[in-house]
Amino acid sequence: MSTDDAHDPKFGEYGGQYVPEALMPAIEELTDAYQRYVLENEDGFMDEFRERLADFGGRPTPLQYADQLSARYDTDVYLKREDLLHGGAHKLNNALGQVLLAKYMGKERIIAETGAGQHGTATAMAAAHLDMPCEIYMGETDIARQRPNVFRMRINGSEVNPVTVGRGTLKEAISETMRDWATTVENTHYVIGSIVGPHPFPKMVRDFQAVISEEAREQAIEKTGGLPDSVLACAGGGSNTMGTFAHFVDDDGEPRSPEQSSDDEPRDRVDLYAVEAGGSSLQVDEEEGVAPNSATLSTGDEGVLHGARTKLLQDSDGQIMESHSVSAGLDYAGVGPELAHLVDEDRVTPVNVDDDAALEAFHRLSQDEGIIPALETAHAFGYLEEHHDEVGDTVIVNVSGRGDKDLETVIEETSKRDLDIAPDMSIFERVGGGGL
Amino acid sequence: MGLERAFADEPAFVPYLAAGDPSYEASLEYVEALARGGADVIELGLPFSEPIAEGKTIQNAIVRSLEAGMTPDRFFEFVEDLDVDVPLVCMTYYNLIYQYGEGDSESRSDSENASGETASQGPRPFVEKAAAVGIEGLVVPDLPAEEAAPLRQACDEFGLDLVFIVAPTTKGDRLERMLEQVSGYVYVQARLGVTGAREDVDDATEESLARLSDWDVPKAVGFGIKTGDHAERIVSAGADGVIVGSALVDIVAEGHENGDPVDEVADRLEAKARELKDGALRGAAERPQPERT
Repeated sequence: MSTDDAHDPKFGEYGGQYVPEALMPAIEELTDAYQRYVLENEDGFMDEFRERLADFGGRPTPLQYADQLSARYDTDVYLKREDLLHGGAHKLNNALGQVLLAKYMGKERIIAETGAGQHGTATAMAAAHLDMPCEIYMGETDIARQRPNVFRMRINGSEVNPVTVGRGTLKEAISETMRDWATTVENTHYVIGSIVGPHPFPKMVRDFQAVISEEAREQAIEKTGGLPDSVLACAGGGSNTMGTFAHFVDDDGEPRSPEQSSDDEPRDRVDLYAVEAGGSSLQVDEEEGVAPNSATLSTGDEGVLHGARTKLLQDSDGQIMESHSVSAGLDYAGVGPELAHLVDEDRVTPVNVDDDAALEAFHRLSQDEGIIPALETAHAFGYLEEHHDEVGDTVIVNVSGRGDKDLETVIEETSKRDLDIAPDMSIFERVGGGGL
Repeated sequence: MGLERAFADEPAFVPYLAAGDPSYEASLEYVEALARGGADVIELGLPFSEPIAEGKTIQNAIVRSLEAGMTPDRFFEFVEDLDVDVPLVCMTYYNLIYQYGEGDSESRSDSENASGETASQGPRPFVEKAAAVGIEGLVVPDLPAEEAAPLRQACDEFGLDLVFIVAPTTKGDRLERMLEQVSGYVYVQARLGVTGAREDVDDATEESLARLSDWDVPKAVGFGIKTGDHAERIVSAGADGVIVGSALVDIVAEGHENGDPVDEVADRLEAKARELKDGALRGAAERPQPERT
């Protein structure tokens, strides 16, 4: 776990607390709770969290050697299988942590926002597991393209509130959830779904997700005798990314201080690649306020959104642009402030993969390895396909989630393209059904 | 820094409209109508695409204004084009203030210095321009006192007031920290939540006013005030002024939806402004008179 000061809200110039005054006392209360329960394990909070992650969540998840991909790329490819976590995505790590924390804090109600629906699903599951009432805000565009997850939230007993303003995606859902929180802050905890938002959320969410890299690092040493050359993770808001990178960030090839060094700790350089959604193009249409991508780390400029100073997709006036990705989970105009900082420090390399390459990678992983990945995850594999010569001899790719939720989107988007790798979908036409 | 003067003699009526809603020209008429109706300070909204502190009414106004082409530069032109003799306050979100004057991304990277910062980065260019066109104060709903130092510094340099919002949840140390930053007037949020007209007046208002009773700065109450009777109750409870947004934006929205002539909508705004100002004056008359010694 992090040894950061819970009361330092910044990562370099990024981060901070840019929220309406009504929320500030709740954020101070949360910062205090983060310090006591998460960083200092008061009342055994972290012990209970880890126990529930194991028993309810199914941790640890495996680090699996990928035979076919390794042969294809002549590189040892290891898959961190967060898709095998309960709920089918890494999101449960954070949702369970925050709902449990809310319970320790004496809150009576949970709210959350969701884009692809994985965070909403994880929060709904955690809330049901811990017996807390829960409401989820979700853009109507995302509701339409992520119906299975909407059903799962409802089945788990959560209310799903459609957000109709703007383009109806994650950006609007976050704004709407902040409005709810501003009204109900005295008894409600807002479970932010990524390493975004005001301090302490970026640090706290990272710490809950850091279990991914903690396990992956130990598993890599155990399986290979050393550290990987590279770690790849897809990046939207960045929770899966920072969770996958957190315990590798210090593996930067720099000499350690005497206190940190030990004989069994490898000190190699591990390259960290944050794979963003290149969408249909990296070019923007400023007049329309649209970026046909979600490549915030690669193309964004510094600004303030949803409580934090970070890199954003925005026009020259500072109005936030509508982003785009074939993957709802990456479709966000901001990114976590810690990632923005690590990119500026040259510790994390931002790269991007367009919609077509992500779809191809979706089909390739499904066919070659028998793993149907989330479309978010497919972006990381799209990068590996194009750049496997550059990532070294051993690479870990985080399989951030499973792709069941994306099947309707994949059918629709695949049918629009001429992808050699895609299966013949005409069976659906023959039996007269297009949807699932 | 002189917004306090608007509260000196009688309770101030502080209306809000989103500049440029539903069009640049109509909005000029509407703001001028508020001045005729008795406004003492006018809060002009500079629309931001993610207004997290606003309810539906003002969100929709912001969308109409943005769709009609409002930008920070157009906003400053708007202020210059206004024919009013009332102090003006700009209400907007921090990203627009922070980005102003940076130019496009190409010129931004050209002007980077060794530390990666740009010469114009930060709130100073916005504040300088605002002062030049006659804006006297700023309200920034997503900028708590903790993050306000750079903007406070720029406002001090150019003589603008920086108005902070005190919420029903603001208590203890936070009040003390905020008091160090406040100037002009303090915006007392009448109840939790986002902006929007309501049918009643929340008890939280009186509690908030009581917490601020020893602050030597005018206290203007906003969030949910809709009628002259509300204004009367708020002022009789001790407020130095009332801030009204959504109830006025509703009039603009209704006129726009019905296709009503601009001058008719302006007349309705003027009448509503007068009702609210009169209510505030009645409230002041009802206050207990200080005991003579």
